[in-house]
Amino acid sequence: MSVAALPGRASPGRRPNYRLRKVLVEVGSALLGLVILVWSLIPVYNMVFIALDPNGFDESAGVLWPGHATLDAFIGLWTGEVDDVEFFWQQFGNSAYIGLIVMVLTVLVGSFASFAVSRLRLAREWMLNDIALLTYIIPSSTLVIPFYRIMNQYGLMDNPWAVIGCEVAFATPYAILVLQQAGKLIPLELDDAARIDGASVWQVYLKIYVPLMAPALAAVGTYALLFAWNDYLYQYLFLTSNHHATLAVGLEQIFDDDDSPYNYLMAMSVVYSIPPIAIFYALRRYMASGLTGGGVKG
Amino acid sequence: MSFGARSRNLVAMTDFALPSVSANRPQPPFWRRSLHGSELAWAIAFVLPYLAVFAVFVLYPMGYGLWMGKDPTLYAELVDDPNYWKALVNTLVFVGVAVNVKMLAALLLSGFFMRKRLWIKGLLVLYILPWTLPAVPAYLSFHWMFVSQQGLLDTLLQAVFGIEGPLWFNSHWLALTCNMASYVWKWMPLWTLILLAGRMAIPEELYEAAKVDGAGPVDLFFRITVPLLTNLYLISTLISTIWTVSDFTVTQFVSDGGPAMSTGVLATLGISYALDRAQPYLGVAAGLSILPVMIPIVIMLMRKLRSSEVQL
Repeated sequence: MSVAALPGRASPGRRPNYRLRKVLVEVGSALLGLVILVWSLIPVYNMVFIALDPNGFDESAGVLWPGHATLDAFIGLWTGEVDDVEFFWQQFGNSAYIGLIVMVLTVLVGSFASFAVSRLRLAREWMLNDIALLTYIIPSSTLVIPFYRIMNQYGLMDNPWAVIGCEVAFATPYAILVLQQAGKLIPLELDDAARIDGASVWQVYLKIYVPLMAPALAAVGTYALLFAWNDYLYQYLFLTSNHHATLAVGLEQIFDDDDSPYNYLMAMSVVYSIPPIAIFYALRRYMASGLTGGGVKG
Repeated sequence: MSFGARSRNLVAMTDFALPSVSANRPQPPFWRRSLHGSELAWAIAFVLPYLAVFAVFVLYPMGYGLWMGKDPTLYAELVDDPNYWKALVNTLVFVGVAVNVKMLAALLLSGFFMRKRLWIKGLLVLYILPWTLPAVPAYLSFHWMFVSQQGLLDTLLQAVFGIEGPLWFNSHWLALTCNMASYVWKWMPLWTLILLAGRMAIPEELYEAAKVDGAGPVDLFFRITVPLLTNLYLISTLISTIWTVSDFTVTQFVSDGGPAMSTGVLATLGISYALDRAQPYLGVAAGLSILPVMIPIVIMLMRKLRSSEVQL
């Protein structure tokens, strides 16, 4: 007898209030859905609303929609003819450069390490996990102070690679944890069979590990990109010149300036938000299972 | 009917249901395994990049940091500074309240998003948006919503409910709550997704079988979902706690530490010692003073991840 058929058959007859309960559940979830929708979108709406305001002062005008909504701020960003935003595209490029390199390096470094330990059986899996977790003992917001002195000593101030190195170091531990869990779902026999058929270690990595781990790798890559895109502290402290500053730093500079045009600031914020959103939604279907992998029982 | 015993059996059953073949095989300790020649060379070559990153960007600055914070007089100075105590209390409240509220809400919402309705799937896409939004712009937007009574939030309260909203950043607790709400907004979707994936991996048959035995929704949640998600939930909470302790951006941008520096956390206090007061050693000491909390958390994480390997 099919188990799946049971609830449908048993319910209406046995419980007279079944219908009522069903309606209540639907109404309840519709209400909850409405709350979630408002909760998720209000800050985004606020951002867009200020960006569309022609004067940049409606954020404190007690209105819910700018009187004369205009795309002037976005056009100004595009043409770069406004004083405060002349570095916008430069900074946007710097953010993208750092974000993409952190993404690629985290995926490579993390997957190499996880592959060596759990697939080539170099060491027990917990050893790599423990090393990765050691990174978390001192908060990264504290480590930035010794880092600041180190970068000064080695002449790495105002160098994007100083930021990239730190961000890869802080993003890789979580990447390794996710990859280690996901890797448990792929039988080691696959590797062994390939090796017997004459595949080299590199071929096993490229032809077996990477394709089968694609969801986890996509999840880890997205995580690393967002990590770099979210970071402010390291970029603010290490990237001192306008030439190398990222948008996170640029936004803060405009924010600090008292008569800065807030509509431009929020227009910059909207544009700054587009790449991670686009990349996330593009990779989303690959990573459905990737974030936890085997973590359920873990 | 002893549903408890039955569900334990069902839990044991999933050990076979999940494809965890490889992890069950007993492995000899790594030093007795015959990994040699080119095999060993490959393995070392693969692990070397991470070990290099770890040595240069983790061990070295950690050693440097511990050296900077080794002077006991620094901690005496911290104890004498009322700002330090405020920041410590704020950090503990922030982590204790915000992380747990966020994780609990994520656990419950992941159940909501399991419902098989098209509009709920569509809602999930929008719900994830906050996580993909970069931190600085998102928190700046929150800042402007809260900062004035003419801001969007109080204007909305006036328009929809006809009530005069408070001055959010005028009281310490209200401002701290604003910081925590912004933080929950930003990070709840990530953990909802993770717990959602965890729920999806629980075999549907478990629920079907329990329903046949007459279990209601509450039974299903506490006797199947909770036991099977406990490990994932704990690991997630521990990781999230660590990340939150080092969160500088939310406090810096939402309340900017205000009113009168009362909502500062250890992350912002350390930086303000180092930059505004040019006392980097004191800044490091402020951060290191949270180690009695961080070390047990990291050790718990290590043990959790290790024991789950045995369990799998």
